[in-house]
Amino acid sequence: MSSNRFNWFRFSSPATFYPLAGRLVPWFSAIAIILIVIGLYMSFFVAPTDYKQGEGYRIIFVHVPASWMSMFIYLVMAFWAIIGLVFNTRVSGMMVQSLAPTGALFTFLALWTGAFWGKPMWGTWWVWDARLTSELILFFLYIGYIALHSSIDDKRRADRASAILVLVGVVNIPIIYYSVKWWNTLHQGASVSVKSGSSMASIMLITMLIMALGFWFYSIAVALARVRSIILERERDANWVSELPEIKR
Amino acid sequence: MFKAFSTVVMRDLLLAMRHRSDILTTLFFFVIAISLFPLGVGPELNTLREIAPGVFWVAALLASMLSLERLFAIDFADGTLEQLLLTPQPATILVLAKVLAHWLITGVPLVLLSPLLGLQYDLSSDVIQVLMLTLLLGTPSLSLIGAIGAALTLGLRGGGVLVSLLVLPLYIPVLIFGAGAVEATVSGLGGTGHISMLAAIFLLSLVIAPLATVAALRVSAE
Repeated sequence: MSSNRFNWFRFSSPATFYPLAGRLVPWFSAIAIILIVIGLYMSFFVAPTDYKQGEGYRIIFVHVPASWMSMFIYLVMAFWAIIGLVFNTRVSGMMVQSLAPTGALFTFLALWTGAFWGKPMWGTWWVWDARLTSELILFFLYIGYIALHSSIDDKRRADRASAILVLVGVVNIPIIYYSVKWWNTLHQGASVSVKSGSSMASIMLITMLIMALGFWFYSIAVALARVRSIILERERDANWVSELPEIKR
Repeated sequence: MFKAFSTVVMRDLLLAMRHRSDILTTLFFFVIAISLFPLGVGPELNTLREIAPGVFWVAALLASMLSLERLFAIDFADGTLEQLLLTPQPATILVLAKVLAHWLITGVPLVLLSPLLGLQYDLSSDVIQVLMLTLLLGTPSLSLIGAIGAALTLGLRGGGVLVSLLVLPLYIPVLIFGAGAVEATVSGLGGTGHISMLAAIFLLSLVIAPLATVAALRVSAE
């Protein structure tokens, strides 16, 4: 293989990925904090009051980005699961494992903020609507993944078994996304779509996108920080770990 | 290839006939679970007729899930499973055969028993027909999807509880459309749309589930 070609597998080894993740975490955390602070300021003070839903609509700035992330993180997990199964790389399985708690958190946040939104708008905390139900299933899928992974002691086997589970569950993602179109129940249709653009004021849209980006960077930062702990935990007997400056002291 | 398929089916059926109590436990679980609801909810026939589709489907779901452990566990313990995976025949065919046998043992009896239990809930004969049809279409999907969970949790401690956590979320679509079809028939809307969706779920799981099950078995049995 020619030496000037970039080797994509360079960072698939825990020994090279660990320091890379360590260098990236502060950057992603800083960007996440800046974006979320700007987004929160805009959502509370800049975005105008909605003429129909009043002040209560402001929860959309947390609700929609959290729902996006809940689905997107699952897709990223599925991506790493495929990479792990095909190339048998160790870091892929660790990435899946490190993303799962964040995904479960965002799914719970989406359901919770949805309940807070539903109470004043629909007059109820919860309805058995297609989108709510499929989002709840997504939450169960995350929990199932975490439970399966933690109950297998051999971590390499755990990675591969739960990767299969993640891939089976991926069927649910398009169902959540299109549920409002297919069943047309109480949950309102998508506020933003690629085809027809946005159905809301541009300042609200910008605020929402800033929050979504902030959540995105937060997820990356947290996942990378978590994957560092996972690497240390699993590779504790490896030579390169015992030579790390923070371990050696 | 077909010979291997039928050999595995016949073998599993023979094994099940030798341990008849295993089949009967699942069946009686289904009967008891369904009979508990009138005692808990009250014997009002109008209420019972309304909750019947949901009760039947949830009971079928749980009964099918409880019998999953037997699908691979015994073969795994005595080493048969490893031999099956090593045979030259494609492993998906053998898994399909095992799932078919599992469905014949646990799914078909539920379908055949449901009209009798339907009478307890005062269902009309049309509704009972739709109920049987949906169970006939839905329980194979349950066995197929459940096989993935059974293969993933093979030989793990606390496998029984874990399999419910993995499999029940994936069962939910079958439950929604199965119970939905019966409900739509009760309310006079007609359940053909729901039944088509059930058939679609069955076909989808028929394609995906054996592949995923084989992959999971190879991970678990290595």
